[in-house]
Amino acid sequence: MILNMGPQHPSTHGVLRLELVLDGEVVHDVKPHIGYLHRCMEKHCEVMTYPQVVPYTDRMDYLAAMYNNFGYVGAVEKLMDIQVPERVEYIRVIMGELQRIASHLVALGTFGLDLGAFTPFLYLFRDREKILDLFEETCGARLLYNYMWVGGLSHDIHPDFVRKTKEFIDYFRPTIVELNNLLTFNKIFIERTANIGVCPPKEAINLGLTGPNLRGSGIKFDLRKDDPYSIYDKFDFEIPVGEGGVGSVGDCWDRYYVRVLEVEQSLRIIEQAIDQIPDGDVKAEVPRRVKPPKGSVYHRVEAPKGELGYFIVSDGTVNPTRVKVRAPSFVSLSALGQMAKGYLVADVVAILGSLDIVLGEIDR
Amino acid sequence: MQNYFTEILTDLLGNELLAEILTYVLSTVPILAFIVFFVLFAVWLERKVSAHMQDRLGPMRVGWHGVLQTIADFIKLIQKEDIIADANDKALFNIAPFLVFVSTLATFTLLPFTSIFVGSNADVGIFLVLALSGGVVAGILMAGWASNNKYSLYGSLRAAAQIVSYEIPTALVVLTMIMVYGTMNLGDVTEAQTSYFWNWGIFGGAGLGLGKFLLVPFMFVAFIILFISTLAESNRTPFDLPESESELVAGFNTEYSGIKFSLFFLAEFANMFLIGAILVIFFFGGYNSPFGYFGNLIGVDWLVPVEQLFWFISKGMFFVFVSMWLRWTLPRVRVDQLMTICWKYLIPYAFFNLLIVGLILLV
Amino acid sequence: MNAEEIYNLLKEKFGDAILEMVSDVPTEPIISVEPLKTNEISEFLRDADELQFDSLMNLSGVDDNNAEKIINEDETTTTKGGTLSVFYHLDSIPLKHKIAIKISTNRDNPEVESVTNIWASANWHEREAFDMYGIKFLNHPDLSRILMPYDWEGFPLRKDYENPEFYEGMKIPY
Repeated sequence: MILNMGPQHPSTHGVLRLELVLDGEVVHDVKPHIGYLHRCMEKHCEVMTYPQVVPYTDRMDYLAAMYNNFGYVGAVEKLMDIQVPERVEYIRVIMGELQRIASHLVALGTFGLDLGAFTPFLYLFRDREKILDLFEETCGARLLYNYMWVGGLSHDIHPDFVRKTKEFIDYFRPTIVELNNLLTFNKIFIERTANIGVCPPKEAINLGLTGPNLRGSGIKFDLRKDDPYSIYDKFDFEIPVGEGGVGSVGDCWDRYYVRVLEVEQSLRIIEQAIDQIPDGDVKAEVPRRVKPPKGSVYHRVEAPKGELGYFIVSDGTVNPTRVKVRAPSFVSLSALGQMAKGYLVADVVAILGSLDIVLGEIDR
Repeated sequence: MQNYFTEILTDLLGNELLAEILTYVLSTVPILAFIVFFVLFAVWLERKVSAHMQDRLGPMRVGWHGVLQTIADFIKLIQKEDIIADANDKALFNIAPFLVFVSTLATFTLLPFTSIFVGSNADVGIFLVLALSGGVVAGILMAGWASNNKYSLYGSLRAAAQIVSYEIPTALVVLTMIMVYGTMNLGDVTEAQTSYFWNWGIFGGAGLGLGKFLLVPFMFVAFIILFISTLAESNRTPFDLPESESELVAGFNTEYSGIKFSLFFLAEFANMFLIGAILVIFFFGGYNSPFGYFGNLIGVDWLVPVEQLFWFISKGMFFVFVSMWLRWTLPRVRVDQLMTICWKYLIPYAFFNLLIVGLILLV
Repeated sequence: MNAEEIYNLLKEKFGDAILEMVSDVPTEPIISVEPLKTNEISEFLRDADELQFDSLMNLSGVDDNNAEKIINEDETTTTKGGTLSVFYHLDSIPLKHKIAIKISTNRDNPEVESVTNIWASANWHEREAFDMYGIKFLNHPDLSRILMPYDWEGFPLRKDYENPEFYEGMKIPY
């Protein structure tokens, strides 16, 4: 039997259509159909100037807009060889890590929701709201920030930002324990996620999984450490990897738990960075017309969902010739077909949830 | 109480059979009223309980703390268009919600709300309750099949498999209880647990001596099994697979709208109370007060049934609250795990329990 | 291993199939290879002990915008010639080095060998490149449109693409 899951379905995280070939409840084949949210972002970029592209990047992974900005401005700065002020780098890292926490909270919450646990979802959204408040105070927007500009930031941080961020960290630490008690080590939750959607390390690399999904398969690979960008090499943090705590390495629970642990590490980075923000201006000397030299650049950053890469080809004019976005969710979703074969319908929902996809990024 | 009514009506109508039928019809009226009011209250309670468990306020606008919210919702549901798609099997599609609701309503008539009011004081009470809950399965299957929707079909098949499987541990525990109390009449079961709370089923029943103490652990096991299996039969989280939102959209009631959907809804919430009522009757003394009646103390006879009604409903509501509590705490199990829980754990334990209790009663 | 060494190694192994290495681009050097040898070269890149490029980070189609534009008498333009390129960004997780490979193919009949059998992650990237540029990936298991509707006509990211006026009877620019 062929079952169409979506494009309107509670657990496809947006407008995604999955064509499931079923035998009873057992899944024989999954074919994702995407493109329902295609907004021609790459085509738009070709007629925009370089700084005008930034708001478009916000709208890709709308749950981690800061990090999309981060990646894009990083790529343009690399292409033009711009050195941004130290203060800007620190603020970018703090914002990026706060965004990572916010994004992971949504990922964890919706994963629980997919498995029928409603309450953790609301607890996590409550905490995410506090991060969004911090963003709102700084740049006026809660979801699509347009905060990082080529060579700097749109605004300096709010005077209360440092104090409020520290308050947030103190408030937030204990809620991770709460989450673990409520969901992570719940017997039913473990039963539902352990040994489901197992992705062995070799296969994970071959399928192109990145970020928490790859680390869930037990591979210690994080661009913040392995290919450092910005000032991540100044901070002391660990890369959590999936160890098969309740099942085999690379199952849904591992991917989930890696995110829980990463939230903790992000807090560590913020704690280290927040005290050292140097004084200074938040705008580098950027020419009025951003006109990179002829050439191409591939810049990748460790976005909350995985490796976010921008491939920009410049022909020496004010508009990019080509902006290709290597969206982490795009590649993760392409792995779903392989990973979901042979499991039950309910497991497909769990595997999809554990991959943490955002359709805005897949369809661009 | 029925007999009393029958007598009055016989005098009025002059036909005993007609009077008896009329009495039974009339005696469902308070039950229907109870179900409707209970559901209005329970839906509000569910929203409030979930909201407070999740750091929210829940409905606050309609009436004091939103108490009238469900009434507003209900009016909205009644006004809605009753959508019947072209490809539906019209006859079955229309009958299904009524069948589900009527089966649930019928089980309620067998519950002894107080010592003087039972809708139908049948001698095979619990047996009928189990039989009538089979009607729910038929209704759900009809709904799923007639909807002509794959999600509905999956939902209804899951529901049927689930309810039929969990009927077995339920029946086994009920059998144990019948052995303990020696009757299938729910009123008599309650009567057997009169006076103080140490006579309740969970504390070994009214019988004195060593047997009572030996029974306690096994009654407790029986209680747990019955609680889990009836929870599963009423399709509540963590066993809400037939309508698991994240997989099957809304399961068997995906295609229903307006009043027919609300009938399913009524039946689901009524079922929640039914679980509580069955547990209360077998293990927590039914309508009996845990420490005697205030009415007896001050010598006002009519106060006793009112107190009994209060105790019955509040004990039942406690279990309704527990099931809400579970729903907003636990994730959902998977379909194969559901069957594992039933066939590999509950049924063997229930059998074992039956055997031990039988031996204790023999000795 | 840096790009120079990788280039020499490939040149030694495949000879003429490796065209050139451009290293004056601002960031990373790019090695150009022959479009119909991609599969073979990719397999070597993945499996050779000193290379071990086990991860395909990105695969991207690009219109090189070098087609000759001819202005017709009625002031419409047609394009002639030119190339489409595919960029492969490879990364080695164990050896921590990366490289960019470029292949160029002519725009009138763009054909490239698929690398889906080597890096499974290439599957959707190749479909996207096909969808946007019409580059045909030979031996691809399911080369169909991915982001655009299945019955869309034309390849939107080509520089000479013109917006259609109608799609299934609907006027597009409203």
